[in-house]
Amino acid sequence: MSVGTGETVDAAEAVAVLGFDDREVLREGLAATLLHTTGQRPVFDAVFDLYFPRSVGAPGRAPGDRESLRDRLADALADNDRGLMGQLAVEAVDALGGYGSSPGSDGWSAHQTLERLRPQTLLARVRDDVRSRGAGTGFADRLLEDELRERIEEFRALVAAEARRRVAERRGRETIARRAVAPTADRVDFLYAGRDRLAELRRTVQPLARKLATRLAARRRRAARGAIDLRRTLRASLSTGGVPVRPVLRRRRPVRPELVLLCDVSGSVSGFSDFTMLLVQALHDQFSKVRVFAFVNRVDEVTGLLRHGAADPAGLGAVIRAEAELTRWHGSSDYGAALGEFAERYGLTLTPRTTVFVLGDARTNMGDPNLAAVREIAGRVRRVHWLNPEPRSLWGTGDSAAPEYAGLVAMHECRTARQLGDLVSRLLPV
Amino acid sequence: MFTSVDDVSARLAEAGYLASPAIATTVFLADRLGKPLLVEGPAGVGKTELAKAVAAVAGAELVRLQCHEGIDESRALYEWNHAKQLLRISAGRDETWDEARTDIFGEEFLLPRPLLTAIRGDARKVLLIDETDKADVEVEGLLLEVLSDFQVTVPELGTVTATQRPFVVLTSNASRELSEALRRRCLFLHIGFPEEELERRIVRLKVPGVEEALAASVVRVVGALRAIDLRKAPSVAETVDWARTLLALGADTLDETVVRETLGVVLKHQDDILKAAAKLELDAV
Repeated sequence: MSVGTGETVDAAEAVAVLGFDDREVLREGLAATLLHTTGQRPVFDAVFDLYFPRSVGAPGRAPGDRESLRDRLADALADNDRGLMGQLAVEAVDALGGYGSSPGSDGWSAHQTLERLRPQTLLARVRDDVRSRGAGTGFADRLLEDELRERIEEFRALVAAEARRRVAERRGRETIARRAVAPTADRVDFLYAGRDRLAELRRTVQPLARKLATRLAARRRRAARGAIDLRRTLRASLSTGGVPVRPVLRRRRPVRPELVLLCDVSGSVSGFSDFTMLLVQALHDQFSKVRVFAFVNRVDEVTGLLRHGAADPAGLGAVIRAEAELTRWHGSSDYGAALGEFAERYGLTLTPRTTVFVLGDARTNMGDPNLAAVREIAGRVRRVHWLNPEPRSLWGTGDSAAPEYAGLVAMHECRTARQLGDLVSRLLPV
Repeated sequence: MFTSVDDVSARLAEAGYLASPAIATTVFLADRLGKPLLVEGPAGVGKTELAKAVAAVAGAELVRLQCHEGIDESRALYEWNHAKQLLRISAGRDETWDEARTDIFGEEFLLPRPLLTAIRGDARKVLLIDETDKADVEVEGLLLEVLSDFQVTVPELGTVTATQRPFVVLTSNASRELSEALRRRCLFLHIGFPEEELERRIVRLKVPGVEEALAASVVRVVGALRAIDLRKAPSVAETVDWARTLLALGADTLDETVVRETLGVVLKHQDDILKAAAKLELDAV
């Protein structure tokens, strides 16, 4: 996160105006002055909780046992009482979360707390409790279970924050702030992005595709009012006695952007291929002419499987793996065979107007990288960009054929949404 | 303009705008620090309404610049009234060129557009720059100048500086990344979907006559819809619309038939409607 001197001054002014009386007001004030985008908010909240903790030290009251905590939590969940839930999180971590006894190896664990408290097992009990209390059969009550599940998730987050605070008191805030706060969505490594971060990632990727689309459109607009058509300008100047009063601009035939995506969907890049699906989907929504091919060790066109707006990357990956013919004999990726087959089967559909994006880690499983096929593809199209989800330092290690491919086509390290964003603006300067 | 954060919430509420604590705090800060306020968030959560409410509360004039692709300096800042200038020239036949020239670039022939209007004059003003992300990048440069110094330079007249700083609200749906420079000039506020309790109060306020129980279940269902992955998640405007529709239909509780028949008020894509129907366990829609 970039916070400059200007923001610091603003934040100080904000604190001076707002005072320290109300913690939530202070939080919002600091957020307004320090943040610039929505995605930064989760990081800010976690750090804020560390530096402006709700309380210090252990809770005043003696910790209750597990059963009484569960009972009270059930009540809090049924009433949706946020204040009580926060307080219970504090007590639960204190009673159940501590481990170790010697200084240096002891601490507080959110995982252990939740493992012992098992809030998710309260679901049925709370549901029945609420049903029995209320009139209970209205339409909205069929949503009850989901709502309760969400409240339990909320409680888990509260426990995590509390454990982080307790650890920070022992180990020092700076260390914890650096280690234990998850990065913003645009810095998450695609290869390791979990399911829960995918939704966040989508919110980051979607605008990127739009950015790509608008950039291409802007370029075309600009090109359309670019060069002067000398012949027609002279012709027009005849009516004004040879003085070219009105320059005539060259009209360009509008060209549809042709995009071909070639995606590795094998298991070794599963995190990345989820992201690939997001990107493919987003591009497909924005561009009219995108052809998408997927491969593991065979290539198949999957453009037809992408319906506009079907927004479920995980499901999409499964559909592709189920419906397209991507493997033969074995399930591991083979770039050489796949690229060869692509060049052979679809080579003729590539034109000098096409831009090809290859998405994959270039790990050939010791197979032949088939550089000739890449050379042939690159020769037929305008540009080939290879997006590699592995860090540059790993290229060429083990079975990676990245350096060989990079010698032929432009290969870019693309591990996070931020890198992808930079890439888009670099590849397509307005 | 305001004395405290609570004062902001109370007075905005009087103007018919129920603000979350985040909104109230940020508005208070923007007023105190004299900085523009950049508001982001999905469509229909009340970004524009916020500016209107602030104007109403402060008794200020609302100046609105609606951004769109291709908007330029003459639309945003000022224009010369060419037709009137020509009239003036042809009306005064006998004068010298120097007299005519100084004359036709006077205040009288200036057509102030929103940005200049907001800066000129002594009256209190709220400047709303709506959908900033729709404007081209060049306009952002223009805004930078106006928003950091609150002044505009008209070559023929000189520099116009604001005597009274307007309260500036910029809104954006994040369809384009705004430049870092612009963001740095502003306080940042993200308005998301409101908390359940706040939304219930909003529905009750905007749709008088709706029963408490109905409002509660409408808000709950909309909350559940937001949790599903939809193309267009319903926002507050849709919740209010739905409550209005239900009221007009005379439905005082939600049941399967009513929901099935009115789902189109909340969801705007057929895909979404199908997905929501599956989720809510409605029979075929």
